[in-house]
Amino acid sequence: MLNAIGLQGIGVRRFIDERLPPLRDQRAVVIVNICGTTVHEYAELARILSDAPGVAALELNISCPNIKEGGITFGCSLQGAHDVVAAVRRATPLPVIPKLTPNVTDVASFARAAEEAGADAVSLVNTFLAMAIDVETRRPRLSNVFGGLSGPAIRPIAVRMVYECRQAVRIPIMGMGGIMTADDVVEFLIAGADAVQVGTANFVDPFIWPKLLDGLTAYLARHGHGAVRDIVGTVEIPDRSATTAPQRIST
Amino acid sequence: MCTLGCLAGQPLKSLETAARIVAADCPDCQLPGSIKGSQAILRGMPADVDALVLSNDRLSEAYNVVKLAAPAIAAAVRPGQFVMVREDHAGAPLLRRPFSVFEILRDAAGEPTGFSLLNKQVGVVTRALYALEPGAHLQCLGPLGQPFSVAAPSGAAWMVAGGVGLAPFATLAEALRAQGTPATLFYGGRSVRDLYYAGWFERLGVRVVLATEDGSRGEAGLITAPLQRELAALPAATELMIHACGPTGMMRAVAQLAQALGRSTEVSLEPVMGCGLGGCYSCVVPVRTGPQAAASQLVRSCLHGPVFPGDRVVWNELAPAH
Ligand SMILES: Cc1cc2nc3c(=O)[nH]c(=O)nc-3n(C[C@H](O)[C@H](O)[C@H](O)COP(=O)(O)OP(=O)(O)OC[C@H]3O[C@@H](n4cnc5c(N)ncnc54)[C@H](O)[C@@H]3O)c2cc1C
Ligand SMILES: Cc1cc2nc3c(=O)[nH]c(=O)nc-3n(C[C@H](O)[C@H](O)[C@H](O)COP(=O)(O)O)c2cc1C
Ligand code: FES
Repeated sequence: MLNAIGLQGIGVRRFIDERLPPLRDQRAVVIVNICGTTVHEYAELARILSDAPGVAALELNISCPNIKEGGITFGCSLQGAHDVVAAVRRATPLPVIPKLTPNVTDVASFARAAEEAGADAVSLVNTFLAMAIDVETRRPRLSNVFGGLSGPAIRPIAVRMVYECRQAVRIPIMGMGGIMTADDVVEFLIAGADAVQVGTANFVDPFIWPKLLDGLTAYLARHGHGAVRDIVGTVEIPDRSATTAPQRIST
Repeated sequence: MCTLGCLAGQPLKSLETAARIVAADCPDCQLPGSIKGSQAILRGMPADVDALVLSNDRLSEAYNVVKLAAPAIAAAVRPGQFVMVREDHAGAPLLRRPFSVFEILRDAAGEPTGFSLLNKQVGVVTRALYALEPGAHLQCLGPLGQPFSVAAPSGAAWMVAGGVGLAPFATLAEALRAQGTPATLFYGGRSVRDLYYAGWFERLGVRVVLATEDGSRGEAGLITAPLQRELAALPAATELMIHACGPTGMMRAVAQLAQALGRSTEVSLEPVMGCGLGGCYSCVVPVRTGPQAAASQLVRSCLHGPVFPGDRVVWNELAPAH
């Protein structure tokens, strides 16, 4: 899925007044994803949300490719990412989870910067900057020209990035990018994610959640595990010096 | 009590609701115990039917009608509602596409057994729908969206359709005629090749007024011309509801003509829809906050529409091209 939908949040005040109460009534664990245009704005949002009952944690969107100011400009500079996380850290007692962009060369260094700045966890990945052209009209398919790519097309890259971050930081990782099946969930967990998020798949199949939960439970049972944490980061990388077999293609 | 269980009776209208239920902080609902709640999550959701293709009637080089077996959707659908459609095979586009439910199919006893889609080829999925053969399957999620309001039997209901915009009016016409509301269909297209099913509506007792831009059938010109004449001639005391579906320019013209004469309209908008369930925000349209209000807000047409009062739509801010 290639989108240029932007951030259509209703604003923090309306969110607290209109959206939070029903979530609270359902005893939902609410992680609020916030985005600002300045460091000050992130900190201000964090402060306001810290006073609202029923918020479990804050996810910092420093990686949205669809807005011109803020967001990704913090996510693409190590100093910017560090400053935003540190400022929010000072502003709130809530767990702080910066969400990393994959549109950088070395995502692990951003995870490290986030950890050093006091992040409680990181989540990744946001969408990949991408473009599609209608060949008949030769015009970009999106009026924004660029958009964010999500869904199954990005999964192997996201898995690689989760794996890289797992090697780089000790804080928990929330992994995502193209999860469509329970095996995809398991793949992210094995790569090193402590938890996963599912975005695009919900749009294709609103019944995806029970299917993923069923499949994950079946996987754990089949492999004799009692809990999800038993498989986190359990990828087995063969000793390369010992293998001489040619690399196969994975589809 | 398990939160999933507690909510079992409540209808789920959107992904937001589904998400908050799955994320519920309930000791009973955490992995792996949550599975017992799966069925609760599913209750009240639209049906996702792997529908068998019964027939594909190619009306022209662009239009076709696909009949599908899907009793669950057929029994639940109300006039003007839509389904999200996807072919479930490798290589098919990831995202579903929205289609109005066209005819309701019934068995000899009158029980709903399925529905049809009126399809016009414009791109990847609509081309695939045109090529479907009986025996194939189509994944259909629905019914979705807010239906047309069905005018009181004492009044009159006019439907204004442009091309493939005819699709949502088959269910509306049936509902109107079933309660005895006098109904008229104003139906326009570029040429006779864009006009189908006029006889189907006439057999229901709907008065049909046709117009084609090239004059190959009915009046020559736009369908808004006869509409405007009849609007002007209608006695002020006659209650009237006008429903429109078709190109944006046509719907806008209908809404403005009607508004000038103090008549109510409902338009069925067709923005790009990524999910049909309120999850992606790809379908937002600018809608005035009150009948006379200057202020407007973006609302998701899959949840709050696709049917909107014509005088609420901020037409000049609506994205072009549809
Ligand atoms: C509520 C609703 C009901 C609809 N009912 C019907 C129906 O009954 N019959 C029918 O044939 N169509 C209907 N449509 C339009 C239909 O959904 C689109 O034509 C379809 O999504 C195009 O998919 P595609 O894969 O063929 O085109 P793509 O390959 O995705 O796109 C091809 C071209 O079509 C354009 N396009 C994409 N979506 C739309 C759209 N919504 N309207 C106009 N142009 C579009 C694209 O911009 C592109 O230029 C409905 C739309 C909505 C929102
Ligand atoms: C329509 C759409 C809207 C999104 N909005 C946000 C957002 O508001 N904040 C954010 O951090 N990420 C946003 N994302 C990114 C997703 O949360 C997710 O990181 C990404 O899509 C990869 O996961 P997926 O392949 O499961 O969708 C959005 C993605 C899509 C497709
Ligand atoms: S189509 Fe996804 S929110 Fe309306």
